[in-house]
Amino acid sequence: MDAIAELARDAAALRRQEWRTPRWQRTLRAIYVIWLRDVIRYRRDRTRLAASLAQPLLFLVVFGVGLSSSLGGLGGRGGASATFGSAGGSISYIQYIYPGVVGMAVLFTALFSSMSIVWDREFGFLKEILVAPIDRSAVAIGKALGGATQAMFQGLIMLAIGPIIGVHLTPLTVLEVVPILFLLAFTLTAFGVAIAARMRSMQGFQVIMNFLLMPMFFLSGSLFPLQGLPAWMAVLTRIDPLAYGIAPLRTAVLSTSGAPGAVTRTLASVTWFDWQVPSILALGMLSLLGAVFLGVAIRAFRVRD
Amino acid sequence: MTTSVDAPLATATAPARDPVIRVRGLVKTYGKVEAVRGIDLDVAPGEIFGFLGPNGAGKTTTIQILCTLLRATAGHASVAGYDVDSDPDAVRSCIGLVFQDPSLDQELTARENLDFHAIVYNVPRAVRSRRIDAVLEMVGLRDRASAPVKTFSGGMKRRLEIARGIMHAPQVLFLDEPTQGLDPQTRAHIWEYLNELRRSEDITIFMTTHYMDEAEYCERIAVIDHGALVAQGSPDQLKGMVGGDVVTAGTADDGAAAAELSAKLGVEAGVTADGVRVEVADGAAFVPRMIQALSVPVRSVTIRRPSLDDVFLKVTGRAIRDDEPGSVDDLRNMAQMWMRRR
Repeated sequence: MDAIAELARDAAALRRQEWRTPRWQRTLRAIYVIWLRDVIRYRRDRTRLAASLAQPLLFLVVFGVGLSSSLGGLGGRGGASATFGSAGGSISYIQYIYPGVVGMAVLFTALFSSMSIVWDREFGFLKEILVAPIDRSAVAIGKALGGATQAMFQGLIMLAIGPIIGVHLTPLTVLEVVPILFLLAFTLTAFGVAIAARMRSMQGFQVIMNFLLMPMFFLSGSLFPLQGLPAWMAVLTRIDPLAYGIAPLRTAVLSTSGAPGAVTRTLASVTWFDWQVPSILALGMLSLLGAVFLGVAIRAFRVRD
Repeated sequence: MTTSVDAPLATATAPARDPVIRVRGLVKTYGKVEAVRGIDLDVAPGEIFGFLGPNGAGKTTTIQILCTLLRATAGHASVAGYDVDSDPDAVRSCIGLVFQDPSLDQELTARENLDFHAIVYNVPRAVRSRRIDAVLEMVGLRDRASAPVKTFSGGMKRRLEIARGIMHAPQVLFLDEPTQGLDPQTRAHIWEYLNELRRSEDITIFMTTHYMDEAEYCERIAVIDHGALVAQGSPDQLKGMVGGDVVTAGTADDGAAAAELSAKLGVEAGVTADGVRVEVADGAAFVPRMIQALSVPVRSVTIRRPSLDDVFLKVTGRAIRDDEPGSVDDLRNMAQMWMRRR
């Protein structure tokens, strides 16, 4: 049989070459493969794509359009939409929550993509990867990058929807927003991966996720400004990783609204003891948190019982 | 308590080379539970080695230690000359592993699954696609290369997993229950591939199974029970441990019949699902005596040469099918339901 002869010839060659590539190179390739697999799966799974878009869209419509209309009516301004800020420019509520809902899309996608780890380790691709001659940090990094890519892509779709529902965006804003989205997506996926890494049951992971997902979303400043909150809530908002992504995202989106910088900053920023954390520092915090989560995930995957 | 049958390995394999798998005093404990209690094993290069035992006997734990997925509590093991504890990376490069549970990506195509494996296992680009074609050809899936794995039947998935296990030309292929849940025809096919593979690639196969007819294909077998090896040897040597013939009689009251046989004829009689079971040197001569001795009506009598099932019963005291569900079984059932649904 031809196939057999061929197998034999290549097999002998493969065995001789075994040590030619160093471990770090194999590890890099594994990161690539894990990432690529996530991207391929995401591309093929139209249902998931549709479902994960539906929820943030719903939020945008319900909160953005509904809430801003009714608030506008309550406020007695007579206009069709509620606004923040007074002197100078004004910011519509939909413009305000838009970055928050983009962040939400990223949050959901990131955490759900990390959920597959639990399953995959027992019955899937990861099981295979875990016996490969690579450093297991590849699993954590590859998954974090894969989830981040998906989540960022989701965020980009939301970005494309923005102008359609009346959110003002300039090309420069978009350029500013994309790297922020990626960083946020990476940190949140790393967070999910760190939790999923030692998890042994799907149910357990889901329980923890349900417990974390909504509070993380609500306390991130997605729906309301993080100003003048009760102390205990303020503390929680400051440890919410999502908050450090929403703030710079919103600062970028609101910067084109024509409202004065001071108003924008007040509406958008996370505060530390009444000090408004600048975007660049918030992004630094986000990176730091991402690095910590990734470190935890890597450690968890490296454990050999 | 090892009733090992010491035999030279000379039969089918080449003159004694260094063992490709070498295990000495292997122990694995989880808290107070001793999963593996001091195992010694040698597997010669090119051998098909069968590892038998009921669920929870320590089979999978042993395989996982050999594959560097678990660390041994005590003892040593080496695979392809590398220590599993101190040099796991080298061991991993030399082994292929087919898991008990499916580990293919359902959404990817067969080719993608193999390709990703090849990339991680260092198969150079030049060889990759040729090798993928070759292994797919071998397991008869070449025409399905571009189909998503979720469209495959159970047998096809298994074949693909074996193909993946050999993509990188491992020296040792570990197969954990490779044919579990497959129909006899598919099992026969898989054995064809494995035998072909051994001819073509000089590969050592270490497998666990609880199909006894399948264990017959193995050149050597080790039986593990409660974490310790209770027998080791070629299938024929092991069968030699059971005295002569196995006589099974279906009676009106098997319990009473067994007691009667023990008392009157001084033989060791056990009760199985098929009836009273006795191991005797000469079955044909025993049957008339047995029928005379029994006061309960006898409905059927069979005499047969001992099978590996009998060996298993003898060394472990129970039939291999008396399995208790393991810890991952819940998740596994869920997985199976899920796979079927798709």
